[in-house]
Formats: sequence, structure tokens, C-alpha cells
Amino acid sequence: MSPWPPSAEELHVVDGPDPGGAGGFYRAFGETLRGLKTTLRQSVAPIETVAYPEEKIPVYPRFRGRHRLHKFEDTGLEKCVGCSLCAAACPSDCIRVVAAENTPENRVSAGERYAAVYEINLSRCIFCGYCEVACPFDAITMGNDYEMSDYNRHDLIFTKEMLLAEPFERTPLRGEGE
Amino acid sequence: MILANVLYYEPWWMQIAKAVVIFAVGLQIVPVALMADRKVMGRMQNRYGPNRVGPFGALTPIADIGKLLFKQQFRPRTSIGWLFAIAPLISIITAVAALAIVPFGDVQDIFGTKTGLYGVDASIGPLYLFAFGAVAFYGIMLGGWSSGSKYSFLGAMRAAAQLISYEVSQGLALVGVVMTAQSLSLVDIVKAQAGMWYIVPQFVGFIIFLVASFAETNRPPFDLVEADGELVGGYNTEYGGGRFATYYFAEYLNMIVASFIMVTVFLGGWWLPFGIHPPGWVEPIVVIGKTMVFIFIFVWARASFPRLRYDQLMSLGWKVLLPLATLNALVTAIIVVVTD
Repeated sequence: MSPWPPSAEELHVVDGPDPGGAGGFYRAFGETLRGLKTTLRQSVAPIETVAYPEEKIPVYPRFRGRHRLHKFEDTGLEKCVGCSLCAAACPSDCIRVVAAENTPENRVSAGERYAAVYEINLSRCIFCGYCEVACPFDAITMGNDYEMSDYNRHDLIFTKEMLLAEPFERTPLRGEGE
Repeated sequence: MILANVLYYEPWWMQIAKAVVIFAVGLQIVPVALMADRKVMGRMQNRYGPNRVGPFGALTPIADIGKLLFKQQFRPRTSIGWLFAIAPLISIITAVAALAIVPFGDVQDIFGTKTGLYGVDASIGPLYLFAFGAVAFYGIMLGGWSSGSKYSFLGAMRAAAQLISYEVSQGLALVGVVMTAQSLSLVDIVKAQAGMWYIVPQFVGFIIFLVASFAETNRPPFDLVEADGELVGGYNTEYGGGRFATYYFAEYLNMIVASFIMVTVFLGGWWLPFGIHPPGWVEPIVVIGKTMVFIFIFVWARASFPRLRYDQLMSLGWKVLLPLATLNALVTAIIVVVTD
């Protein structure tokens, strides 16, 4: 901790124009012109605005957006085995898993059991990514999608089918070194 | 006893036609100024400004006014109803009335009648302006006071102090021009600038008039009357819908009128530099073009400067502008007498 009040070397004093007098008036006039010059120079500078709905800033690969559930590419079976470890790891308690047994007639996942119900309440999710870390089969990952606003709260409860489906509009992904 | 001569050459039907045209054209500049305000300021702040409604956002003012006109009218229970209703009207009527004496061009031949391209050539031009400027201040003060809200009331009180103090300097700044032109008629003042625009010999007067115009039209950095940071919206805090639109319109119209007056009095009205004499129909375009330059300056200053503190405003008005304006008038008087 530096001592208080700070010493003269630490203090950066900015002199304002002296009040009154011809010198102060001249100086205030000069500063006025300087201000005008600054804004005029900025008016030809490049525009910083990103026109959002039309152009989107690409997200980084590790961006934690909306969750996705995955299937095995070769067999088409779900990776999720309904172990509920994600639900246990979830700090905001927004994942609900109801497991059911796989049968030879109805084989859904590669394991012994599968998730009959898999729901994520996205209005409660804090996008911490603990579910992704907890999952032993990489069945759930955080995707890149961040446009999830909706008109009703119950529309924000995403079911297993919605999480398994490909996102409608892909969020642009930032490439290597971008 | 004739107090003031109003000079006109036209038959009655031409007078009505002129009034309609000036009214229509004058009010068409308001949306342009509104758009320029937001677009230029956006550009100076490294953003686009409004660009959603219409091509390049050109229809934004219409959308704005349309939205305001369709809103519900309401007023606080503590307000004084009839004053609350007529205050915005006073504001806009005085702003429109000032358009009448702005000279857009010299006397032209239209349909075989000699027509001056101005509403009336009042022989007391600047007095007419300041008379309506003084009434315009009632629009703001009554609006703020009759709202029955403390923020509006504070805004109205500030308006009273600010408009009165700056009107003095504004008037004195014009005295130099009037003495040089030897006339109070705005048309004669423009005609007297055929050789040299008064911005050159009356530069100090021009600067004073420009600064005072910012204060008179409540534009930033002198918008203490509105001061949205501390007074929510000043005199128009309690206004909404059409009445707010009226105030809004009046503010921009005041800015345009102030620009017109500066063009007329200091920038040579319809004269072009370097002895170029265009045909008569170009003259209004020249005047409006020069006005656009001043509107840009208004916006430019708004984007550049923070709002002044109240005591700074007062000390600038009374301790800097007023002595300077007085000195300017005195020196001009001496020079006029010596060279005469």
C-alpha cells in the first residue's frame, strides 16, 4: 500500500485553464477548438458498431453456449447412459434425468440403461460447464449457440430431442489464430 | 404615427402562396436537421446512428413523430391544465413566426409579379426576432411551471435565467451589424453584404452571436434547461405524446431559425463568394445550404462538449459575452462614425 496522501511524484496534476483573465479566456478558447478537432477527427475513424443480427462476432471454440447431446456416429446410438452424474454436478439444479433399461427390442444407448427423459431448464442454467466435465461418456457438451431467448419460461426447458438435434442456425466459430 | 413599415410588392394571392411555401419548406428542414443531428453525432461517436427505418434510416424522424403522436395524452394531477396544454403551442408558434422574416432571396419575377423571396421585409427585423424570442421563453417557462413537478419547475427557472442573460449578449452582438449596415431590415442587411460578408468585419460579434444562439435554443453544451442527467428532462419532463413532439419540433425549429438568422446577418444571406452571381432561383438554395453548415456546427458542438455547470453558464454569459459584445458595439460605433 502506498501512503496517503500520495507524494508529489505520484500525483499527476492536470492544470485546468485559470479562471478569469485574458490568459484563461484564450486557453479556454483553444481547448474548445481542440475538442472540436477531436470529434471531427473521430467522424472519419472506422465505425466500431457490429450490426448484430446481421453480422455476428464469431465465438471461440471453448465458448460455453447451449448444451448438446451426442450420438455415436457409426451406430447412431445415444452416448448418454442416464447415469445422472451431470444432474448431480449441476450447481443450479437445472438438469432432470429419468433413466430406463435398454431392451433388445428398444436399444437407445450403448450402455445398459438410457435416458428416457433428459431435460435442461435453460432459464436456470448458468453455463458453468460442470455437466460437461462430469459426463463419463462425453455425451453432453456445451455448444456454441447463444441465441436462446423465448417468450415463455416453459419453452426454455429443452428436451432430449431438442438437445440431440443439430442447431438451426450455427453460430460462427472463430478459427485458429483469429 | 407609423411605428414600423412592412414592405411588400405582391398581390394578396402571392402573399398567401409565399406563406404556404415558406411554412412548408421551413418545416421540411426540421426532419433533415433531426436526422443530421443523430447521424452526424453517431458518426462522431464511431457508430452508425439510426439506420433501420428506410434507406440509411432516412425515415426515422417520421417514425419518431408518428410514434409520439399515437401515444396517450396524460398530465400530472398537480398540473395546471390549460397552461400545460398551450405552453408547447407558444413554443412552436414563436419558432414558426420567426421564419416569416428570413430572407431567402431578392425580389424575383414570378408569374409576372414582383415577388420578394421572404415572408415580409419588416423594417425592424432583429426586434421582431427578439420579441418572439422573448415570447418563446414563456413557452418553456410556463410549460415547466404548470407541470407541477419539481424537475420541470427547476428546468423552467433555469430557462428563465439562461434565456434572459443570453438574449442580452445576442442583441448586443447584432448591434454592430445593424450599425454597419445602417438598417434594421434583414433584407437590407443582406444587400449591404454584397461586397463583404459581415463575418469578416464583425467576427467577434459573430462568435458572440453563435455562442448565445446555442444558449437561446437550449442546445448542448447549454442545455441546462433540459439537463437529462440531473433534471430528467427539465421543462418537458412531464410531457409525452403529441405535446412532447411539439416541444421537440420547436427546439429543432429554433435551431434552424437561429441558423437562418446567422446566415442572413453574418454569412451574406443569398450572396455567393468570389463575385459569383447565380440566377435568382438559386438564391434560396444558397441560403438553405449555408443553414445546413450551421446545423452541422450545432451538432458538432453537441458531440464535442460536456454540459456547462450553472455558475459557469452565468459567468460566461455575464462576465465574458456581455462585456465583449458591449466592447464590440462600441468599437464598431467608433469606426462607423470615423469612417463615415
